[in-house]
Amino acid sequence: MKLVMAIIKPFKLDDVRDALTAIGIDGLTVTEVKGFGRQKGHTEIYRGAEYAISFLPKVKIELAVKDDMVEQVMETIMNTAKTGQIGDGKIFVYDLNNAVRIRTGETDTDAL
Amino acid sequence: MRNLSLSKKAMIANVVATAALMAILPSTAYAAVEGETAFIFNSFSFLLNGALVMWMAAGFAMLEAGLVRKKNTATICLKNIALYSVAALTFYLVGYNLMYLDVTGYIGTFNPFWSPDDTAALAGTFEEGGGYSSTSDWFFQMVFVATAASIVSGTMAERVKLWPFLAFVFLLTAIVYPIQGSWVWGGGWLDAMGFSDYAGSTLVHSVGGWSALTGAIILGPRIGKYAKDGRVMPFPGSNLPLATLGTFILWLGWFGFNGGSVLALGSAASVIEMANVFANTNMAAVGGVLAAMAATQLLYKKVDLTMALNGAIAGLVSITAEPADPTIGMAIMIGAVGGVLAVLAVPLLDKLKIDDVVGAIPAHLVAGIWGTLAVVISDKDATLITQLTGIVAIGAFVIVTSTILWLALKYTVGIRASEEDEAIGLDKAELGLEAYPEFGPSM
Repeated sequence: MKLVMAIIKPFKLDDVRDALTAIGIDGLTVTEVKGFGRQKGHTEIYRGAEYAISFLPKVKIELAVKDDMVEQVMETIMNTAKTGQIGDGKIFVYDLNNAVRIRTGETDTDAL
Repeated sequence: MRNLSLSKKAMIANVVATAALMAILPSTAYAAVEGETAFIFNSFSFLLNGALVMWMAAGFAMLEAGLVRKKNTATICLKNIALYSVAALTFYLVGYNLMYLDVTGYIGTFNPFWSPDDTAALAGTFEEGGGYSSTSDWFFQMVFVATAASIVSGTMAERVKLWPFLAFVFLLTAIVYPIQGSWVWGGGWLDAMGFSDYAGSTLVHSVGGWSALTGAIILGPRIGKYAKDGRVMPFPGSNLPLATLGTFILWLGWFGFNGGSVLALGSAASVIEMANVFANTNMAAVGGVLAAMAATQLLYKKVDLTMALNGAIAGLVSITAEPADPTIGMAIMIGAVGGVLAVLAVPLLDKLKIDDVVGAIPAHLVAGIWGTLAVVISDKDATLITQLTGIVAIGAFVIVTSTILWLALKYTVGIRASEEDEAIGLDKAELGLEAYPEFGPSM
């Protein structure tokens, strides 16, 4: 099992969710986050004074998948979250040791 | 002089209007408005327009609540309702009589606890023009004082301590405002000289602006506002819809502020004048908004909402010194110049490291000076020299007195919240509550 974690642009969330549902993903967790990457940040002007926005708002999605789904999930996220502009985000994949569905007690791939 | 006898111009217009009416309706005997009828309309104007001006306190409260950071919102709301109450109290205690009762040239009379005198009207005797209920006049003049004090709270928000601030408001409204007011509206030396300030660009708005300026310098900027390398660190306002609503409320209240300053409603001439004042007041604000928008678009490549709001106020302040005489086109231009001046003054204050949270100094002081000078454009009786004399005399008086008051407070009780209190926000430090407790952490 793997945990796929992706940082994407907030306005792409619905597209990504729909695309993942279409390939059979039954659940994911979303967090609103802020950060910076190559996009750095940008400057704004408030009442005549320039100031830096050094952390940009992003959305973090996390989903646990079976090993054979990882490639397809990564591809789906990449295709749907991509705008081609700087700041599209990143995908990270972790090894996942255990999983338990709290309601039934099912474990590992049965719990996904 | 700010009393009820109609201006010369209005009297002449009255005669002309009467003659015209008689020419149109030769068979109808024209009856001049009876004294008691004029008395009723004059008093009604004071009361209703005064109520509109009272509502400006709500406008200031919302404008300031929207432009401070979330952690200081409840405190600025409290300061606004408290300063209105303090100003009204002092005007009853000593203010009105210091400003209007038997002014000797430089000051009225120290005669505590103002009380009405309506004996003549109750006996059925009405002065020329009808007169007015004395309490309606007191009420109308009282709400102006609070406006001057409101200006100070916005500039010094987010770091001035509550009680020392209110102590300043007490002294400003009990002593400083009435004394300089007596020089013009009380019939004192500036009035005798011919200085003209219809509804108070200088007497109300600049007085608040000068007090705010000296206060901001003595108090110092908010922690972190100016970085060591000289950069300005903006603290964006927490609720721009509220700031916008506050500006609209002020705009509405201003019809009372300037409109009521006709000081009469008992003749066709005074009604015509009031209508002109309403229209000019509105159009000056329109000019201020559009000019401020254009200026920020050109200077910064983006329109700044908060500057457009300041532009509205600056336009209103600019026309306040003479809202009756200009044509509508002139009113738009006078307001537009005020709006641009406000936009330019905001970064200038930042360069001087004078931290004005809501832009009250650009909108009220800078535009107030401009508006007082702009009187000469439409009023042929006013001269640049007398207008400048009034601006400088009142400016110097308020700078000196408010500096003394702020320094006295600073070195006795202290005026600045502690660094830690400022960091956690005055809402928690001084009031023990939050304005928006369910909207996440208050930093």
